[in-house]
Amino acid sequence: MLLIRCPYCEEERPELEFRNAGEAHIARSTNIAGESDDDFEKFFFIRANPKGVIYERWRHIHGCARFFNAVRDTVTDKFILTYKAGEPKPAKLPGAAK
Amino acid sequence: MSAAFRISGAGRLSQAKTASFSFDDKSYTGIEGDTLASALLANGVHLVGRSFKYHRPRGVLSAGAEEPNALVQIVRDDARKTPNVRATVQELYDGLTAHSQNRWPSLAFDVGAVNDVASPLFSAGFYYKTFMWPKSAWKSLYEPKIRAAAGLGVSPDKPDPDHYASRYAHCEVLVLGGGAAGIAAALAAAETGVRVVIADEQAEFGGSLRFESGASIDGQTGYAWAQGAIAKLKAMDNVRVLSRTTAFGYYAQNFVGLVERVSDHLKTPGRELARERLWQVRANRVVIATGAIERHMVFANNDRPGVMLASAARTYLNHYGVAVGRNVGVYTANDSAYAAAIDLKKAGVNVAAIVDLRDNPSGPVIDEARSLGIEINFGRAVVSAGGKLRVSSMTVQPKNGGGGRTIPVDAILMSAGWTPSVHLFSQSRGKVAFNDETKRFVPGAYAQDCVSVGACNGTDGLAATVDEAYAAGAKAAKEAGGKVGKSGKPKVDAGESWSRGMLGAAPGAGPGTTIKAFVDFQNDVTAKDIRQAVHEGMRSIEHVKRFTTNGMATDQGKTSNMHGLAIAAEELGKPIPQVGLTTFRAPYTPVTFGSIVGHARGALFDPTRRTATHGWAASHGAVFEDVGHWKRAWYFPKAGEDMHKAVDRECVTVRKVGGLFDASTLGKIEVVGPDAAKFMELLYTNPWEKLETGRCRYGIMLREDGFIYDDGVVGRLAPDRFHVTTMTGGAPRVMNHMEDYLQTEFPHLNVWLTSITEQWAVIAVQGPKSREIIAPLVEGIDMSDEAMPHMSVREGKICGVPTRLFRMSFTGERGFEVNVPADYGEAVWEALWAEGQKHGATAYGTEAMHVLRAEKGYIIVGQDTDGTVTPNDAGLDWAVGKKKTDFVGIRGLTRSDLVAKGRKQLVGLKTKDPKIVLEEGAQIVADPKQPIPMKMIGHVTSSYWSENCGRSIALALVAGGRDRMGQTLYVPMPNGTIEVEVTGMVFVDEKGERLNG
Amino acid sequence: MAKGAAKTKAVAASASVERRPALAGRTLSAPGVKVEMLPPAERISLRAPQASLAALSNALGVTLPVKPKTSATKDGRTALWLGPDEWLIIDEAGNDPLADCAKVTALHSAVGISHRNVGISVAGPAAAVTVGSGCPQDLSLEAFPVGAASRTILGKSEIVLLRTAADSFRVECWRSFSDYVFTLLSEAASDAAN
Repeated sequence: MLLIRCPYCEEERPELEFRNAGEAHIARSTNIAGESDDDFEKFFFIRANPKGVIYERWRHIHGCARFFNAVRDTVTDKFILTYKAGEPKPAKLPGAAK
Repeated sequence: MSAAFRISGAGRLSQAKTASFSFDDKSYTGIEGDTLASALLANGVHLVGRSFKYHRPRGVLSAGAEEPNALVQIVRDDARKTPNVRATVQELYDGLTAHSQNRWPSLAFDVGAVNDVASPLFSAGFYYKTFMWPKSAWKSLYEPKIRAAAGLGVSPDKPDPDHYASRYAHCEVLVLGGGAAGIAAALAAAETGVRVVIADEQAEFGGSLRFESGASIDGQTGYAWAQGAIAKLKAMDNVRVLSRTTAFGYYAQNFVGLVERVSDHLKTPGRELARERLWQVRANRVVIATGAIERHMVFANNDRPGVMLASAARTYLNHYGVAVGRNVGVYTANDSAYAAAIDLKKAGVNVAAIVDLRDNPSGPVIDEARSLGIEINFGRAVVSAGGKLRVSSMTVQPKNGGGGRTIPVDAILMSAGWTPSVHLFSQSRGKVAFNDETKRFVPGAYAQDCVSVGACNGTDGLAATVDEAYAAGAKAAKEAGGKVGKSGKPKVDAGESWSRGMLGAAPGAGPGTTIKAFVDFQNDVTAKDIRQAVHEGMRSIEHVKRFTTNGMATDQGKTSNMHGLAIAAEELGKPIPQVGLTTFRAPYTPVTFGSIVGHARGALFDPTRRTATHGWAASHGAVFEDVGHWKRAWYFPKAGEDMHKAVDRECVTVRKVGGLFDASTLGKIEVVGPDAAKFMELLYTNPWEKLETGRCRYGIMLREDGFIYDDGVVGRLAPDRFHVTTMTGGAPRVMNHMEDYLQTEFPHLNVWLTSITEQWAVIAVQGPKSREIIAPLVEGIDMSDEAMPHMSVREGKICGVPTRLFRMSFTGERGFEVNVPADYGEAVWEALWAEGQKHGATAYGTEAMHVLRAEKGYIIVGQDTDGTVTPNDAGLDWAVGKKKTDFVGIRGLTRSDLVAKGRKQLVGLKTKDPKIVLEEGAQIVADPKQPIPMKMIGHVTSSYWSENCGRSIALALVAGGRDRMGQTLYVPMPNGTIEVEVTGMVFVDEKGERLNG
Repeated sequence: MAKGAAKTKAVAASASVERRPALAGRTLSAPGVKVEMLPPAERISLRAPQASLAALSNALGVTLPVKPKTSATKDGRTALWLGPDEWLIIDEAGNDPLADCAKVTALHSAVGISHRNVGISVAGPAAAVTVGSGCPQDLSLEAFPVGAASRTILGKSEIVLLRTAADSFRVECWRSFSDYVFTLLSEAASDAAN
């Protein structure tokens, strides 16, 4: 069981309290009704599914109930960073040089 | 009465405390503290089982968890028959009953041993080659017969009567292994005051100090020091000492699974004690002190009972006071077996000869053995063991060939060297590194906050081990926040040291193909099998492993992996590191299902949710059905009624008079805040801004792709407050969907969501008399049609308690849903029931609810829709706000496929024969005479007998369904094709007049 | 409520019906720990932005805590921090926090959930071990001190956990999960002293 740092609870908590919510930083258009087929396809259907660093959403559903963002390595399962929903994608990751 | 091979005065057990036990129905006497293995050996019993594939007679190889051979079935009673118990781990208790496995009719005469003679048929990879054809043989022969013959032990066939506990635990330092290294590390960590957990799989701590007679620490024997140190640790508040506890799995972020055997060693386990306790430990730092495992020598017939590891023989002597024979031979490639010979010789056992593969070794143990008069042969090999049910001799030859001689022995003690136990380190995703000098894999790069110490780290010698472990324990504690403690480092006065040895096949192991020199005892893998795998093209050790099954048995190759790897490497002509090491997987030793399940069985398997009126329904004969975690009243049969009669009566009574239905399980969400209506506009297809306070609306929620996700009636309690209802089973999912949008897409809205599913018990009162049933109990609400029309909500009181009273209908009749705080639900239900009785109303269950709504063509999301149905497909286009510029799903609805012609649409179906009730899920075709496979144009989603209509009714999704009104379609079934007519979805009261009836 | 919609109509019957709390009176005693159902309490789920906290604290008579995993108690009323804009208010003194919040004009959402939740007391030297059999959080006094509060997991149910004393916890769960939660705590209690 992983330990995940909740940026709202400000501590690491057991994975059982969390739920993954898919890839992060995919914004819903404010004019979604007018979106082209291609744009809607990218928004709704296409996901990166990378081997390595992934930006994803988690919800501390059985804790503070907040959605937040996380950077995780899909190879090692290690969480590199977590940050609050709405905050920008971090420009630099700790230990990114590895 | 002392058993024949128990040496008076030897060992640490009190020989006065006897315990009787039986093995294969024969009675024996052991003593308290024995394992089953030591007790059997004390009685001179070496033959304890038959092997997996060849059914060869097998004895005890080891004195610990690495045991591959001595697997037995322990039987307490009919339901407690545990197979594959290692006799070397099972502690003896008075009355223990054990049976050998894998033999028929008896252990000494086993018909299955014909496999040994026929072994060319069962060589490496036989499973993949042999059972390919004919296909029919799978069913009649291969599965039932061969599987039965090849199994290991027999599973109990009754429910497990024991119970299993589980706990989460947290500590700063977790020490895995309770030998000298583990104890030293724990002492150092504990002194700093941090929380320490130390676990060891044995009943007594000490590890190899149990057999090392040469160890002395702090002026005491090694074993005595270990017991004193453990007593000290036990007395500390910050330390938890777990014996009989195996660390079986090392998971991410220092999360380690331990199983504690709580009562398997007790005569009477009792209900109070769990059988096993699962510890899920989260540690800041882990110290791995798992020691090393001695390897056997690979030579012909090295599996004969009586051939065992030298350290095991020493353990049986020094700890249990048991001699494993009277005239033993020793076969070794390193020093440590000499210590066994010396200890046994000193205890009065004749040592026939030591055979040492090395050419001219020297050292104090060799000198001591020589001075005791033991014959020592250097540069020679034991090429074969004689005897069948028990070893009777060993044949010794110069290792490079030449004339041999046969020496009579009744046991052979062997040692090829020691393999560091890197299993848990490897499970932690650490990378092992091969030390070319010492020929062993030791921990290399670490992946987690852990450290290996002592023998498992390749550290030789007791003093070096204790130094390393103590320092590591102190460092781990400091890193985890501990204060520096007073130094109480143990002082090693004397210790034993052994290293080196050999890997792979010894000279006695072939190349002849009929020679059985075992590498993996439990899976019957010989040196020849490994060579054959390479010859047949296996290159990677992972392939060799799977082809031969080497290391794949329940012992996970503890004694066999390194030998197998070395033989493969030799055959491939590659250095060992290039061939690689197979992955160590959890569990380290077998773990019972019970300990994994823990408390989660019976009533605790999964939560069972009951509504406030459950007791009333049960006492009124309700039959319940499972809906998600909920128990819902399905129907209320009266005496003599079957389900259909009950449902028919309930349906008719509701439309004639009225009925009470428990709708409490529907999801309910209170949406509160100044932007509540704006949020509702975004989450539902319908318009909400203009919905007046006190009114309700049927809402549809889509996913972004335009498909129906949920529906429900929503009431507006105030300009800034909505009472939303959702489906029962998916209520948490729908709430999560709404929270997701609120928090991440629309965080600017000032609105909050609160689940009130369980705050309110909901009693639906439906039918022409519904108002008359409710009204007498209500205060503060005008229930007239003018003041409270269909689809409205009022707050007031019923029976003196607060209510949110909805006027709404899922039956098409005049109807209400009475919401009251849950603790009042049952009492209010009883009051309503009493009023209803005056009119002849019925209680009805979910089945009647389904029929009644289908009669009106009201859909159930998830039954009539399947995640590919749009509002238009469902005939609900009217609920989509045409002027809206945004809601979840608005863009999805305009996707080309979703607006294409010929989509499946919900319609009604009437069978030509009104008595035939269609099967839900049945496929629909236009032309029943077309060749198979037919073109399927839809399927039945809901189908019932409607007593109110006097015929069957059905809903179906049919391609272009609304353009097919009146058409005849066909439902092909195994026993004939059913003709159906496409109709509208409303079967009762098409004009909707009864809502006010 | 729309104006005029709620015309009071004279009715004959207005007798109060009895309240039947889930598992009322159920207790289990094991060596070192006692598990028992707590009497009904008034509860609200309170949601509010930072700007409203002073006014709400004032109205409730207890200062809403802003530090994660903490609670504040005054005069029988406890405010538990559940999330950055979410508090569970439990009133055991018979006063109605919903009514108190209704007077506050500052932005907030208060929803009555007195009947949604039930409270279970787990008390005794083995209380932490009992809860720890199903709750994966570190429940040592260092990590989860007296007054600590958190929504979390117990087995397969969500709970809210409040440490009321060094050896005492209040476990809150939804009404229909109470049988599961109580039974799990009972089983765990029987093993906890070992």
